[in-house]
Amino acid sequence: MAGSTLEIKNLHVAIEGEEILRGVNLTIKGGEFHAVMGPNGTGKSTLASAVMGHPKYEITEGEVYIDGKDVLEMEVDERAQAGLFLAMQYPSEISGVTNSDFLRSSINARREEGDEISLMKFIKEMDGTMDLLEMDKNMAQRYLNEGFSGGEKKRNEILQLMMLKPAIAILDEIDSGLDIDALKVVSKGINQMRDENFGCLIITHYQRLLNYIAPDKVHVMMQGRIVKSGGPELAQRLEEEGYDWIKQELGIEDETVGQKA
Amino acid sequence: MTVEISLGYDKEYVTKFSEGLNEPEWMKTLRLDALQQAERLPMPKPDKTKIDRWNFTKFTHDLRGEELSSLADLPNQIKDFVDQNKEEQNLFIQRDQRVAFASLSQSLKDKGVIFTDMNTAMREHSDLVEKYYMKDGIQVDEHRLTALHAALMNGGVFVYVPENVQVEEPLQAIFWQEDPEAALFNHVIVVADKNSSVTYVENYLSQNNEEEEAVTNILTEVFAHDNAKVSFGAVDNLGAGTTTYVNRRGVADRDAKIEWALGQMNDGYTISENYTYLMGENSLGDAKTVSVGRGSQKQNFTARIVHYGKASEGYILQHGVMKEKATAIFNGIGKIEHGASKSNAEQESRVLMLSKDARGDANPILLIDEDDVTAGHAASVGRVDPMQLFYLMSRGITQKEAERLVIHGFLAPVVKQLPIKAVKEQLTQVIERKVN
Ligand SMILES: Nc1ncnc2c1ncn2[C@@H]1O[C@H](COP(=O)(O)OP(=O)(O)OP(=O)(O)O)[C@@H](O)[C@H]1O
Ligand SMILES: [Mg+2]
Repeated sequence: MAGSTLEIKNLHVAIEGEEILRGVNLTIKGGEFHAVMGPNGTGKSTLASAVMGHPKYEITEGEVYIDGKDVLEMEVDERAQAGLFLAMQYPSEISGVTNSDFLRSSINARREEGDEISLMKFIKEMDGTMDLLEMDKNMAQRYLNEGFSGGEKKRNEILQLMMLKPAIAILDEIDSGLDIDALKVVSKGINQMRDENFGCLIITHYQRLLNYIAPDKVHVMMQGRIVKSGGPELAQRLEEEGYDWIKQELGIEDETVGQKA
Repeated sequence: MTVEISLGYDKEYVTKFSEGLNEPEWMKTLRLDALQQAERLPMPKPDKTKIDRWNFTKFTHDLRGEELSSLADLPNQIKDFVDQNKEEQNLFIQRDQRVAFASLSQSLKDKGVIFTDMNTAMREHSDLVEKYYMKDGIQVDEHRLTALHAALMNGGVFVYVPENVQVEEPLQAIFWQEDPEAALFNHVIVVADKNSSVTYVENYLSQNNEEEEAVTNILTEVFAHDNAKVSFGAVDNLGAGTTTYVNRRGVADRDAKIEWALGQMNDGYTISENYTYLMGENSLGDAKTVSVGRGSQKQNFTARIVHYGKASEGYILQHGVMKEKATAIFNGIGKIEHGASKSNAEQESRVLMLSKDARGDANPILLIDEDDVTAGHAASVGRVDPMQLFYLMSRGITQKEAERLVIHGFLAPVVKQLPIKAVKEQLTQVIERKVN
């Protein structure tokens, strides 16, 4: 079998005692691109963070596996080592650590001691990827995300994605704050990753991104659950008609997680 | 306390000690006066740190280490601090109070530069040393520890740069405490005469563990005369069993500059005071310090710049990281005296705590007795942001490595600005060791 498989089964997640996710089921395989859409505050980022192991989120029920291995038993860095990657909606700023030192540490963290990437090879790869993403070269020597504009942060997340080459990536609103040219560039980067060894979960509010990155499957999240799944045509209809028809279909009045179904 | 001081270290002992070293008469007198004062003076009172149970007064005083036949014989931990590839070394190594290695380039000797151990300096340049020794810098009677130091001083160096001489290569002194229980009362004097400049770098090193108790009492006096410049770098790295009192003091005359770059990396209880007196018009004092605390270490750091001269400038920048159960107080004090108009005092203190048991406190203080001045301060004390660690770890970096990156990042803005390359490199190494 080519590629990895991420399985999310009946996932329930709480923050500070309040239940946010209420039973999410989702399987992503290598070669597949999934899109998750849904109104604000319905649990999309919570799903992404909980799978990656954010310390604030408490898993109250359910399981997550990557290639059969129990993800919930792993530390955050072990999840990354197992092949997971999360492009964050709001990436942290870390002062005093240069972007390139950080990237090199991340790459070497995946390698055995004594088998670290050579500086030459690293620089070449980084230069090439930054060119492709049309990033200013001096971003490499700037402190990690510090003072980066919204769009620059998003490009920087994709730079990391492309250099780390994970098996399964979750991209949380990678398109928010991007102008149309940047959107094209970022999409080009993500599309370049597409092969049978790479699976991706794209969280977005906009069909526009999906015009550039064609999803195989589209899911709609409401009230901390996936309430509808379909093909690319589902995203198209959401763009045209909004979410009301789904709410009517399912008898949902308030889609946010604070409401019980 | 008085009882402990007199334990063996009485008038007779001090007299013998001084005579044994062939010291000039003035020095013997100074020691004996100081001994008397030590018995009645109070201990220093560092702001917010209680030191009454710290051991400053129980120690073994008279110990002599062995000479080194070659730098290659240094243990690795010390070798890291020496650049062995240099053709001409301006290097001084003191091993348990004895001169183990000393070398100064011929060209500097020819220019009249003095860089020698305190005892030799006292014998060969008695008047010069007397002029500076505990007179306008640190006073004998400030408190019990200054007096005790004056009575029992047992090591150190004297640096003198004559008028108009620019010393391009740094002078380096290593004070290596090899005997885990030897007490060090080290005295350093650096004098830059008019229109001269010098960079001096020092290291205090020992490897004693917590059970091997030792006492270190260090006084340093730096004088920059008119239009002189002194860059003073230090990386302190004394072991966990050593209780340290270190006071580094600078006096800057007209148009003079004193720049301090201090890596405060001891592993034991430490009081570190760094005062600069800006006496002359247009003088400048700049103190940059980096500290890492670990274990159950308690430390108190004070950087104080006092402005007497008009249009004088004082800058203090302190960054500290506290790990495990370490505690540290950072005091940054800018004092502008009446008459020091057009002066500027700036201070910034930042503390990062890595664990819930670590404690840090930053107190920037401005004391201003003059209207026509500018001043500013900033301080922050915070814990490492869990979101930052999550972000770094989500890329596969272990928690330990993530913390290491955050610490380096926190200290980098200061390390980057240190004016002396050797100190920057040494410090990066020591930080690495303390963080892992
Ligand atoms: N750290 C937190 N503390 C408290 N509440 C939180 C926290 N994180 C998320 N929540 C709450 O959980 C709910 C779901 O938030 P989440 O960020 O997952 O939504 P989202 O679907 O990603 O929304 P958006 O489209 O606006 O990004 C919201 O009501 C939010 O306020
Ligand atoms: Mg979100």
